[in-house]
Parts: sequence; C-alpha cells; structure tokens
Amino acid sequence: MSNLKVIKTVKLFIGGEFPRTESGRTYSFNVKGTNDQYARLCQASRKDFRNSVENSRKAQPGWASRTAYNRSQILYRMAEMTEGKRVEFVDLFKNALGKSETEANLMVDEAIDTFVYYSGFCDKYQQVMGAVNPVAGPFHNFTTPEATGVVTLIDADEFNFAKLVDSISAIITGGNSVVALLGKGCPAVLAPLAEVFKTSDLPGGIINLLTGDLDEIKGFIGNHMEVRAISFQNEREDVYFEMKADAIDNMKRMIPRRDKTRSLDLILDFVEAKTVWHPIGQ
Amino acid sequence: MTSVTVKMPGGGRISIPHFPIDMVNANERASSFTTRSIKKQSKMDALYLAIEMTDLTTLEGMDTPGKVKQLCAKGIHPVPQHLLKEVSKNYDFREIPSVAAICVYPSMVPHAVEALAGTGINIASVATAFPSGQLDMRMKIKEVEKCVKDGATEIDMVIDRGAFHQGRYQKVFDEIVAVKDACGDAHLKVILETGELKTYDNVRLASWMAMEAGADFIKTSTGKVSPAATMPVTLIMLQAIQDYYEETGKKIGMKPAGGIRTAKQAVHYLCMVNEVLGTDWLSPDLFRFGASALLNDLIKQIFKQQSGQYYYDDILSQD
Amino acid sequence: MTKKKATKKKATTKKKASTKKKAAKKVAKKTIKKKKVSAHKIKPGMVFEYDAAPESSAVVNIKPKYDLFIGNEWVKPESGKYINNENPATTESLGKFAVGNDKDVDKAVKAARKAYDGEWGKMSGKDRGKYLFRIARILQERAREFAVLETLDGGKPIKESRDVDIPLAAAHFFYNAGWADKLEYVYPGKDVKSIGVCGQIIPWNFPLLMAAWKIAPALACGNTIVLKPAEQTPLTALLLAEVCQEAGLPAGVVNIVTGEGPTGAALVAHKDVNKIAFTGSTDIGKLIAKNVARTNKKLTLELGGKSANIVFADAAIDQAIEGVINGIFFNQGHVCCAGSRLLVEESIHDVFVKKLKKRMSTLRVGDPMDKNTDIGAINHKEQFDKIKEMVAAAKKEGCDFYQPEVKVPRKGYYHAPCFFDNCSTSDSIVRDEVFGPVLSIMTFRTPEEAVAKANDTQYGLAAGVWSEKGSKVHQVAGALKAGIIWANTYNKFDPTSPFGGYKESGFGREGGRHGLLPYLEVK
Repeated sequence: MSNLKVIKTVKLFIGGEFPRTESGRTYSFNVKGTNDQYARLCQASRKDFRNSVENSRKAQPGWASRTAYNRSQILYRMAEMTEGKRVEFVDLFKNALGKSETEANLMVDEAIDTFVYYSGFCDKYQQVMGAVNPVAGPFHNFTTPEATGVVTLIDADEFNFAKLVDSISAIITGGNSVVALLGKGCPAVLAPLAEVFKTSDLPGGIINLLTGDLDEIKGFIGNHMEVRAISFQNEREDVYFEMKADAIDNMKRMIPRRDKTRSLDLILDFVEAKTVWHPIGQ
Repeated sequence: MTSVTVKMPGGGRISIPHFPIDMVNANERASSFTTRSIKKQSKMDALYLAIEMTDLTTLEGMDTPGKVKQLCAKGIHPVPQHLLKEVSKNYDFREIPSVAAICVYPSMVPHAVEALAGTGINIASVATAFPSGQLDMRMKIKEVEKCVKDGATEIDMVIDRGAFHQGRYQKVFDEIVAVKDACGDAHLKVILETGELKTYDNVRLASWMAMEAGADFIKTSTGKVSPAATMPVTLIMLQAIQDYYEETGKKIGMKPAGGIRTAKQAVHYLCMVNEVLGTDWLSPDLFRFGASALLNDLIKQIFKQQSGQYYYDDILSQD
Repeated sequence: MTKKKATKKKATTKKKASTKKKAAKKVAKKTIKKKKVSAHKIKPGMVFEYDAAPESSAVVNIKPKYDLFIGNEWVKPESGKYINNENPATTESLGKFAVGNDKDVDKAVKAARKAYDGEWGKMSGKDRGKYLFRIARILQERAREFAVLETLDGGKPIKESRDVDIPLAAAHFFYNAGWADKLEYVYPGKDVKSIGVCGQIIPWNFPLLMAAWKIAPALACGNTIVLKPAEQTPLTALLLAEVCQEAGLPAGVVNIVTGEGPTGAALVAHKDVNKIAFTGSTDIGKLIAKNVARTNKKLTLELGGKSANIVFADAAIDQAIEGVINGIFFNQGHVCCAGSRLLVEESIHDVFVKKLKKRMSTLRVGDPMDKNTDIGAINHKEQFDKIKEMVAAAKKEGCDFYQPEVKVPRKGYYHAPCFFDNCSTSDSIVRDEVFGPVLSIMTFRTPEEAVAKANDTQYGLAAGVWSEKGSKVHQVAGALKAGIIWANTYNKFDPTSPFGGYKESGFGREGGRHGLLPYLEVK
C-alpha cells in the first residue's frame, strides 16, 4: 500500500445540498483508539444550525402533505440505497471503528431493517393511534396524529448506526423534518448516509445532518422558535436538562433518551393529536 | 352562494339565493328559546296575545256548517260567557279577546262569513287544492277567486312541492304570483309544507321565493303532514323574514301551523319571534298560530295564572 | 266580465274585477279594517320582559370555613390561615377557605403515596372503575347543588353550569370509569402502568369540570392525586371531596389542598410527586415547566389560546353567527379555546358584522343565577380589571369598537360583550389572550390567507371553520395548527373527544383514549 491516501473532508448535509460549514472550520476525525486521521469534518456553527432549521421548516409542510404511501416508498428506497452503499458503510465501520467484517455487515443489516420497519409504519400509525370518538351528540368526531414540525435530533456520542437511523426514521415517518447533530462516535457516517438520503427521492431539507461540537451550538437549539421538538439521544444529562429549560420558551416537546428502537411510541413522540368535529345533519 | 333565477311576471329576472342552513346548529339555537322564562305579567300578556294571534282552525273531511258555526262562536268568545261570569265572581279577569281568524275549507267560507259578521274576525280559507296542491293551476285560481268572492279575507295557499322537488321553481313562483293576484285585497299566506320540503335549505329557498312572489305571510304547514310546525323550521323562516326585511324594507308575517298545542309551546315561539325579529312582529298583523287545541290551553293557563287554580278541559268547549 | 278573463288579463281588467270583489264582500272588508285598528300591538318593552328567574341557592349549604381534605379527613391548615372567598356577581362573601403551605402539601403527598403503595395501588381495575362510576352517579344526583355552587362561586350563568359544566363533569367520570379495567387496550401492542402520585393544579374558569378532567383519568389509570383548586373558585372541588367520602373512596386517593400560588408551587416542587398536570395561563405554565425542567417529573400542560374562528362566504351564515357568539361569549369568554379572533371573508364582512351586532344586542348580561342570563359575572376582580385594561388599550390602538347597549348590574363584576373590528394581525387585541367577552375581527380573501392568519399566533389550541363546502372544510382543518378543529360548530366538549393544543398551548391531551396516556407509562 504505497499509494498516498487522499483525506476526505466530509461536508454538511443541509437542504439537500452538501455545503461546507459557513464558518470554514474543520476538525479531524480519527480512527478509533488512534491518532490517525480518518477524515476531516466540518464543525457546524450556530449559523449552519439556523440555516438547516430554515431549510427544514420550508420543506416540512410539503413532506407532511405527501401521501403516506409516498412517504412509505421513500423510506423503503432508503433501505435499498443503504444496501447499495453497503460496501462504503462496511469500510467505514471497519476502518474507522475497527469493526470486523461481520460486525460491520450486521450494523448495516440492522439499519436496513430499521428503514424497512418505519417504511411500513408510514401509513399505519394513523390508524393505530387515531380514533373516531363516539361523542354524545350529532357530530362526527375524529382524532388523527399530525406532524409536529421541525425536530432537532441530538444523536448519542456512542455510535449506534441502527439507533441513529431509528431516531431519524421515527421523526420523518410522522411527517416531520429533522436537523440532526451527529454524535462524536462516528460523525463520518454523514457522508454515506447523506448520499442515501440524497438519492432516495426525499425532498431536500427534510433531513439535515450536521457534524460539530454539541457544546458550541447547544445554547441555540432549545430557544430556537422554529424548532418544535427535540429528540435528545445524547448521553450528556447536563445538556439535556439545560436544553429542556431553554425549550420552555416556545413549549417544545422534549423527548428524552429512549432505550428502545422500532416502536410505535417513538413515532408518536413527534406527532400532535388533532381532533376535528363536524355536525351530522342535512 | 348559488341562486335560483326566476322570471318576474312584468318581465325581468330576479335571483333567489340558495342559502345553506346547518341543521344541527339551527336545532340547537331553536332549542335555546325553550329555556327562556318570562315575567308573570309578560307571560299573561303573551297568553292573551297568543289568543289574538290564533287562526282557529278546522280542516276535516267531516266538517259541517254546524261544526264551523260552533267554531266561530268559540273564536268570538273563546270562553263561554256563563263560565266567564262564574270565574269572574272570584277573580278579576281581563276580557278574553277573540281569535285572529277562523280557518276553514273553501266550502265552509260562506258559513263562517255568516257566523262572524260584524265581529272583526278574519275568515281564512285554505285554497289551491289544499293540502296536496296537486291540481291544474287554472282550477286553483278559480278556487281562490271563489273563496274571495264568498268573503274570505285571508287565503292560505299551498305551494306545489312536487314542482319544487323537480326544480321547477318557475312554476312554484308563478303560481304564487297568480294566486296573489287573484286574492285582490285578501291577505295571502303561503304554506310551504316544510314537512315535505324536508331540508332547511329548501325551507329557506321556498320562504324567499314566496316572499318575492308576493306572500303577505309565510306559513309552515298544512297540518296534514308530519312533522308540521317545529321551532327550528320556524326559526329558519323567521330569519328569512328578517333578511328580507333588511333587504327590501317589507315586513312579512309568519304563521307556524300544526303541532302547537300548549300555551308553553306558544310562549316559546313568541320568545323566538321576539329575539329574532323584535317586538314589531309581536302582533296578529305579522304573526299567527295555526291551531285548534292550543286555544283551550291558553285559556286554562290564563285562568291558572290569575287564580292559581287549574281548570280541567271539560269546562271548556272541545270545538 | 268573467272571472276567468279577469285573471288572464290582469292589466286591463284588474280594476273592474276588484271593484266587483269589493262589492261582494263589503261586510267583510269593513270588519278587516276594524280588526286592524283593534288589534293589540304590544308596546315595545311592555311584554317579553324576561323574568328574573333565579335558581334558588337554598339547595347549597356553604360553610363559613373550609379546611383541607387530606387522607379523607378535613384537616386544619398548618399556617392557620384562611382567606375570604367572594361571589363575583354580588361581591358578597362565600365563607373562608384554608391556605395550604408546603407542610400541608407534604401531608397530602404522603397520604397519596400511602394510598398508591397500599390499597389503591393494589386494587383491581374493576374495583377502581366501580368507585369512579359511583362518583359519576353521585355527581348526577347532586347536580343541582353543584350547579348552584359553581355559579355562586364563579359567576357563570346557571344555565351553563346546569347544562354544560356539571353534566360533562359527571360524564367524564362515567367515561373514564370504564377504562379502569381495560387499560391493556389503551396502547396497542404495549404494556402500560400507572405513574404514581399526581399533582394537579386547575383553573377558575370551569372549576368542577377541570377537576373531573384531571381526577377521572388519573384514578382510572391507578394513580393517586393531590389537587389544588384555583383560589378564586374552591367550592365545587371541596364539595367533590365530600362526594369522594360519600363514594367510600379509600383514604388518600384524592386529596384537595386549597390555597394560592405558593400552595401550587409547593406541590410542583414536592420531590415525591411523579407527575404534574396543570391547566391555566401560559405564563404560569411556563413557570411550572421551568420548575420541573431539571427533574424527571412528567408534565402535561393545558394553557392559553387565541383561537381563530374562520367564516367563509359560503358558510351557513345565521348558524355561523351563533357559532361566533358561542365561541367568544360562552362563559364570559373565560375559555382557553375561546374563538377570540374572528376571520371573516371580506365579501361578507359587512353583512356578517351587521348580523353579529344585532345578535349581540339580544344577549342578556346579568345575574348568573337567573336562568335567562347569557353572560354572567367576570370571575374575579383582578380578571375584571385586566379585561377593562386590555379593552382600553385596544381602543387606543385604533380598531373599531362596538358594544351593544345592554343593562349591566351595578354591583359585581360585569363586562358587556364587545368586539373590535378592522384589526390587523399585529394588534395586541389580536395577539394577546383576553380571557373575557372581547372579540377581534379581521378579514381575509382566500383560504390560504385565512389559514396563514389563523396560524399566525404562538398558540395552537383550537380553531373554527365555517363553510358548507366539504372539501374546503377538510383542507383548512388539515392546515390549521391547532389541537381541536370545530368545523361548523364551536365550543363542543365530550369526554370521548381528546382536548389539547399545539405549540404554546401546552402538551398532552385530556379526554378520549388519548387522555389516558399522560397518566400512564408505556413500557
């Protein structure tokens, strides 16, 4: 192996594009347990975060108004694209995280299964958790789950590929858009994962992926008025409580760390129940 | 808003708004008037007023001149003189007024005219092939003319519901115009037969059409179809009258008929008239009850209010 | 001249024909004229004065002094402090009630914990349900007493407490009772379990109903509770305590600690409370949220609103008028979901406002105990002053003000219904919750504009849509960011129907299957 390696700079994924951070800063992501640089990553600034939210906010209503069948197909497409990029994911997990071939493949398998799981839920959670309510009067009354809006995902630092895919899928299944700050464990996953989203017919802005330092932007998430909910899957309890207090300003839905995956209630964390009344008469 | 366009007899067209009504809300609003409670003196006034607003009615196949005469006598003096004397021994009664009109079939008009001569009570005749209206228009007009000639001062016509449901609104309209014309000075009440129009949207449309065509009163029902008058249907018609008044400045009268049997119901209707149209309509000139059994109950309630005692039906004539 | 001709050739023969007719009924003609003169025309104001039809207050027995209800016993407050309770309709006293402090709250939480760890926690769902059914029945039986008490304490019209508040409160217990032994059906595919001790803080606008909304699902799910009623309206909650005793509810399952802000704060801060449920103002809600932010206490909030009532030109106008009236003037406008922003399509603005004015002039403001009263007393002085202040400020902002001339009693806190027309979205009367009988009116031209204006608020509790066009109703209902959409109706409530808002109107739902979720943990 005498060929000199080209170090890749992983860009951000915002609004369906791959911009560099506006701050121009990058940092090194090293091979696990070594000082060997695996890739250079963008260190997202608060402005990058705001940009992502702005893109996310604009795209979200369109996503929510797509048919459930269409959302379902796009999530299934993500499974297919992940399969198509298996080699890339496996290489990343092997080379950056020191996983074995088998382990890395299992990680990809699980992620694919997760996409498939949520794909199948896109047109079902409404039926399972919606209701026709038998009110005592001449009214048709029904409750349906509706998207909350823009969700910020704070990913765990300990890398768990399937869990990351689970968190993102659960959010977008319900018609929301997401701005995800990837954890420290394997931020370089942004590159192949964003490629998956980019090539899955997903409208730009529905999923935005950022890499960077949680401490740097944590103070601008809880109080961002366009963010309607936060999925806080990171291990940092102090930051969780801090953000929870900030989130009160616009009554964000604050979802704490969940230790389960592939579950209906993970979708329902990011939906609002809307109840509609209408008279029954002539 | 959609509308129905009809040709006017003198040329030109007018458009009649097809105004949507929400049934559930209308029912709710109508029922809100049934929980109003009015002052004792007001209630007394209301009971007297209701008598003055009554079109005392008999519309049976077995009606006879004798029966009509009895009814007229009751209309003139709703409380028999001997009974009034007896009751007045103990209590001071305001004189019980006469009813507004006696309402009969065309063949009975001459008998009513005779019985009511000089009393000031109106003679209302149903007409236009009451209650179905299923007759050639020329015959209907003849019938109206005959009634007027015989002395009817008020004509209660029915609209052609068949034509209405067919969407032949021009025919419905033209008939009313023609009947109005045949009425001369007699007042025209147009019966919509709301129980056959079924929807409130239809009631609203028919109300407006009747008013545009020249109705002096619009009336809910013949009494031969169930349901007859109801609070919500009357509310829809009162609101149409209100809107028509706002638009044209013309005050059209209202007559719910059939199904109003108790004084309590009558008071609820009057509360509704008062709140929707105001006190101007609290007059026999603009509001009537088409009823028969109602009269006795009004009298009983007056007796009761005045004396604190209940009187039984059998002391009053059952005409 | 035959009559046939007379009809056919009206123009030329009418005069003759009618002369002939006149002659034919000369007698009758005369009498008509006479009749018209003699007809009674009722002088305006003479008849139809609605009676003062006061509901008798004899059915209630208001004690001079109320203690705290802890562990099924009436307990004196540690502080020894009692405060006066006022009838807003008359400003007369309705006795005194105890002010609980942190020690009292601690006692109540301990009682609740004991019941949770003990009898209640171990009880079968079936039996829990039976207790709730019992409470529902007793509420129905004592409905009149509750209605009178509610009206005396809060100033709401007796017809509303009688026809809405109390029956709905009973219905909530009845509905939730049935869930107690069917919790496995609440969340498909998931196991659920109760949470523990719930602290519940309720507002003054629907005192008993809010207590029912809070207590019934909490108990059905197997929790125990400490309830803090609003200091303005403690009476029906205290009577509900009696009902709990009468129903034989085990000690500590329901504890009621009256008091003011600090009492509520003590409950929120208590370490052994697992969940806080609050209904009230957004400001206090945020304060509570801040207090529990650094804990793992569960929280549901039912907060303020500035709900839009959208009337399209193709609506059933007369019914929409009723909906607007009911939307904003129901319960003096003290309704979190009040339709306080009327958005009316520009093409019908004038006719709609004209009808609205006419309808408003028939509203009867006055003694809440009078069965004819449509708008009762403002709940308490502070709120009364706040409404007046906001109305005065809005007048300065330059919106067109309208208030019908209606008689208002001199004593007590009464505010005649009113509206501000031609407002713009930036006016404070459009943005801020008044919580009183004050409507703001704006116009729109397209459905998109209506939705944009309706959603232009930090709140998201409810909205109304009035149109007879079904597809438009559904599209607009879908686009509105609000938890409850009343399409061609407004201010309807039912125990089976989830209630709660988006955005700053809070989180969590009350009512229906969804209303149980905040009181359960999903495994």
